[in-house]
Amino acid sequence: MSTVMSSKGAAPPSAAAAGPPRRTQRRQQRVAAAVLLTPFTALLVGVFLVPVGYAIYLSLFSEDHEGLGFGGGRTVFTGLRSYLSVLEDPSFLSGFGTIALYCVIFVPLVVISALALGLLLDSGLVRLRRTAQMLVYLPHAVPGIIAAVIWLYLYTPGLSPVIKLFAQADITIDFLGLHTVLPSIVNIALWSGLGYNMIIFYAALQALPREVIEAATIDGAGGIRTALQVKVPIIRGSVVMVCMFSLIGALQLFTEPMLMNQATPMVNSRFTPNMYIYDAAFRRNNYGLASAASIILLIVTCVLSYIVTRWSGRRERRA
Amino acid sequence: MTTTTPTTPVNTPQGPPARPLGKPFGRSKLTSRGIANAVVLIAALYTMLPALWLVLASTKNADALFGSDILSFGDFSFGRNLSDLFSMDGGLYGEWYVNSLLYAVVGALVGSLISVAAGYAFDKYEFRHKEKLFGLVLTGVMVPPTVLALPLYLVASNIGMVNTFWSVFIPVLFNPFGVYLARLLSSGYVPNEVLEASRVDGAGELQTYVRVSLRMLGPGFVTVFLFQLTAIWNNFFLPMVMLSDQHLYPLSLGLYTWNSAATVSPEYYPLVVIGSLLAVVPLIVAFVMLQRYWKSGLTAGSVK
Repeated sequence: MSTVMSSKGAAPPSAAAAGPPRRTQRRQQRVAAAVLLTPFTALLVGVFLVPVGYAIYLSLFSEDHEGLGFGGGRTVFTGLRSYLSVLEDPSFLSGFGTIALYCVIFVPLVVISALALGLLLDSGLVRLRRTAQMLVYLPHAVPGIIAAVIWLYLYTPGLSPVIKLFAQADITIDFLGLHTVLPSIVNIALWSGLGYNMIIFYAALQALPREVIEAATIDGAGGIRTALQVKVPIIRGSVVMVCMFSLIGALQLFTEPMLMNQATPMVNSRFTPNMYIYDAAFRRNNYGLASAASIILLIVTCVLSYIVTRWSGRRERRA
Repeated sequence: MTTTTPTTPVNTPQGPPARPLGKPFGRSKLTSRGIANAVVLIAALYTMLPALWLVLASTKNADALFGSDILSFGDFSFGRNLSDLFSMDGGLYGEWYVNSLLYAVVGALVGSLISVAAGYAFDKYEFRHKEKLFGLVLTGVMVPPTVLALPLYLVASNIGMVNTFWSVFIPVLFNPFGVYLARLLSSGYVPNEVLEASRVDGAGELQTYVRVSLRMLGPGFVTVFLFQLTAIWNNFFLPMVMLSDQHLYPLSLGLYTWNSAATVSPEYYPLVVIGSLLAVVPLIVAFVMLQRYWKSGLTAGSVK
């Protein structure tokens, strides 16, 4: 890394007069900054920039298998051909379709329920607030794969007490059917994320200036009106942030459907973009295709978070 | 941002606990109180019941898991399951547990040291291209680790590192969010005057960092550590892509393979259940013990 430090030291001139000569100090500071930053910068280059660069490189080339079995293939430049074949692949596009549908269900559900819980905790009406927070938050400490295992077993006929309970009331319920499997995956994500997002909203609400809320109460606004018309608009920054992280998280969906894939034919091996990438790389051994799909997913993710950050930044400034 | 000294809990409103909200009249107040408590109770049941199921199911053997009522304890096999868990497949589960601890605890420790050092340098020093470099850090925050998994695999396979301990351990050290958080916390916890004083005393910069600043950054360090610990413990895609040797698996990947085995041989089901239960314990313990740290981290992330 180019840790070439500028001549501008952090120390104001007054301090230099008492300590060692200023030039020595500046040099010391430059050395210190370089030492403290080097490990991180090495990681930044080694596990972020180089892999992304290499994936871009691979996505532009492909193995030519003319001499099948004889001496292996040679690598030829194919330009954007891999990108075209990814974008023309209906199973890749349907992965994004799945994500879109997932988001339509998941994002409003998690935002509204977490916000409602945050507002209730903030309203002072709820007893045992700390305990309630802790209990609702705890699933977030459960690793994604284990959350998926728990729920998968609760969805599995024979294992699940839920299905048994419904059966006693003569209701047959199939959590892993064609139309229920996506809501079932949403439920896992909701279970994991509800408390986390609730805490974000609750923390933002607790930081509100008390005068604003008291003013609203004196003006005769009821609890619900104060919550919806005064508190929610003030913390909309947090709301936007939760939406953004939920969307970006949704694009990465992998663990839960991967586990479901073992249990039901309704989740195929290219169910989400990340599963498509895994499938392309390790079942079809097509690294060019997998790299191109990775880069596309990377670009979509970055564009999305950039748009949402800009949008929320603008709204904040206007406020 | 709500930064606190370790003795005061975060987010406790300093004013009187009960604020006048809603119409302060007897019955409607009582009703809304009832509804509010009921809603929160339902949410708590929703989050707790599946966890409770996991605990109860871990006491059942394979037959009871499929057959009997979840609440009947006629056939209590927790101990039996536990010994099966650690003896199955030559004690693989124990190895996975140790691997997960190594990846997560050592990884999070080293990773947070690296992130906090970098965040501190971004906060306290001026150097050329500083904000450009920090922009790169922020880009890193936006890029989720799963997107990097395949590119990392391609590089690792090119240099012959695939299927090694390091192929999982090194990438998880990279934590741009930690750097971002550490920069914020450093400007909050370490006053510049302290650095000045230390300089006047003739202490070197790095000496000041280790002896003075790092100590003041303690709570921030724990926050970054906890976030990273959770992330690594949850890590699934990267080890799945990198590792083929079962002896290097973390718990997440190991339980995944056992779950696929269970679809063929059901004797794995109780092991996946009890194995999942044990795999959750360290994080729960860490979170309950260090509650106030992750909260201050969340607040820092959301307010700024």
